[in-house]
Amino acid sequence: MIRYSVEEEYKGIISAYEKAGGDKRALQSKDVAKLVIHENRVLANDGVKGLKINTEETDSGVRVNFTVEKGTKVARPVHLCFGLLPKEGLQEIIMKVDAQDNSEVSVVAHCIFPNAVKVIHKMDADINIGANAKFDYKETHYHGEDGGIEVIPKAKVKVGKGGVWQSTFSLSQGLVGRLDYDFEVFCQEKAVAELVVKVYGRGSDDIKILEKIHLDGRGARGMAKSRLVLSDKARAEVRGETYGNAPYARGHVDCIELVNGTEAVARAIPIVEVTVDTAKVTHEAAIGSIDRKQVETLMARGLDENEAVDVIVRGILKS
Amino acid sequence: MLVVENLQLKLNGNSIINGLDLHVGKAEIHGILGENGTGKTTLANLIMGTNNYRPTGGRIIFEGEDIAELSISERAKKGITLAWQEPARVEGLTVKDYLSLSSKNGRADQIERYLLMVGMEPKQYMDRDIDATLSGGERKRIEMASVLAMHPKLAILDEPDSGIDIVALPLLLNGIIEMNKQGSSVLLITHSEQVTEIAHRVSVLCAGKIINSGAPLETSQWFKNNCLTCPHINEPAH
Ligand SMILES: Nc1ncnc2c1ncn2[C@@H]1O[C@H](COP(=O)(O)OP(=O)(O)O)[C@@H](O)[C@H]1O
Ligand SMILES: [Mg+2]
Repeated sequence: MIRYSVEEEYKGIISAYEKAGGDKRALQSKDVAKLVIHENRVLANDGVKGLKINTEETDSGVRVNFTVEKGTKVARPVHLCFGLLPKEGLQEIIMKVDAQDNSEVSVVAHCIFPNAVKVIHKMDADINIGANAKFDYKETHYHGEDGGIEVIPKAKVKVGKGGVWQSTFSLSQGLVGRLDYDFEVFCQEKAVAELVVKVYGRGSDDIKILEKIHLDGRGARGMAKSRLVLSDKARAEVRGETYGNAPYARGHVDCIELVNGTEAVARAIPIVEVTVDTAKVTHEAAIGSIDRKQVETLMARGLDENEAVDVIVRGILKS
Repeated sequence: MLVVENLQLKLNGNSIINGLDLHVGKAEIHGILGENGTGKTTLANLIMGTNNYRPTGGRIIFEGEDIAELSISERAKKGITLAWQEPARVEGLTVKDYLSLSSKNGRADQIERYLLMVGMEPKQYMDRDIDATLSGGERKRIEMASVLAMHPKLAILDEPDSGIDIVALPLLLNGIIEMNKQGSSVLLITHSEQVTEIAHRVSVLCAGKIINSGAPLETSQWFKNNCLTCPHINEPAH
């Protein structure tokens, strides 16, 4: 079996990270907190004042304890990089997040699997957002063109009184493979949850999305938003669920799926439920197709059909 | 440059284009004058290959090659492009991106120049999205700028003047003249005789057929006398 040295491995993942649009300078900077994991090995791990990242390598991945101490406002975004460069492998990240009261942090994660032929990437996250704490999480995936990957991100998020959880999950580079995304958020009084998912499925991608928000505290607010574009034989099922269980809770489920061609299949299942008079939860779900005239406009400027669809999809997923 | 011979298109049993003949020379601005519903947009679609239109008869020859079965992209790569009568809006695509992907060398200063040529202040527009927040006239001028950026051999402009106010019209016509000076042939489709003043040659379209063709002034006068007063649109008396 080939074992590269840690240094070589680090170089490899950093170069993939950069190709994937990651900010290499951030990873080199001393005052930026970061965590770089390749397969089940921690290649870099730096906290900053008030932010601790503890890790433990397991057979198939890494356990991560991510703690933002009470009142800490982390000035620069924390960079996470999870990757697997070989064609085959399993990576399980078990993540525990404790964002204590009044803390604030923004986290940018890049998940990189450029060569995947038979790869599984799992994340199980147990996330606690303290009172009036603010946590912003952006996860962007970079997959290869083989589609031999399964991505299974699951998170349970508890948001304390007046806390804010905002997350965006983007997968639009490379084939998705199989995606089973499942995020569930519980909001206490005046807490805010915003879940956003943006996915571009092609080939025979198989996509399942579940965004679930429980508005359990008075005046809690939730938004479950999804934007999907499907080409070729890709199929997607998107469930956006929001439960208004407390007075003056406000929620909205917003799902748009666009289909390009006749073989892709999109399903949207919004579920909204209110158990208290003054709570209000709304939803809009739309399944449509990519506007032919937009595609033709770009083709008339010399783009091939695929390139034209790509430009349009990037636009849709940008907004 | 472009030779259209005995072109036919039937849609749902109706003859929309009806034995149409047309020649557009190199570096020529060729005006097509026709009332509403005479087949102007259909002709544009047939030449560009858009809207899935394929002739049911006749030939479309560009630089000696029949292009009637080529895809839109293939025709565009040969140097043909189209500015739509009602251009599409693309959410999340900026003016700058749109013009750069049309342009052969996407240099920012060049792109700014194309906007200036249609009377638009680059600073104000470069980072705007080509979405519903643009007015109809703004969108059409951006469409023209993107055609300019492409330096096409043949630009098909479908009613470039519609939705353009009188202040912007001279700027837009100037853009067409500039395009022609850059070496592009232009098929200038319109229902306004005024616009055809910048053409080198004008053809009159009725019921999917060219019914007269000649020098701009005489031909548009003929159009005024015969078509504007004609009680039976699309039943050519000539
Ligand atoms: N899909 C279609 N099926 C049948 N008739 C059509 C179709 N599209 C356009 N037409 C008809 O073809 C004629 C020419 O249309 P068009 O080319 O748009 O005219 P113009 O651009 O000159 O106003 C019109 O009478 C219109 O109603
Ligand atoms: Mg028309």
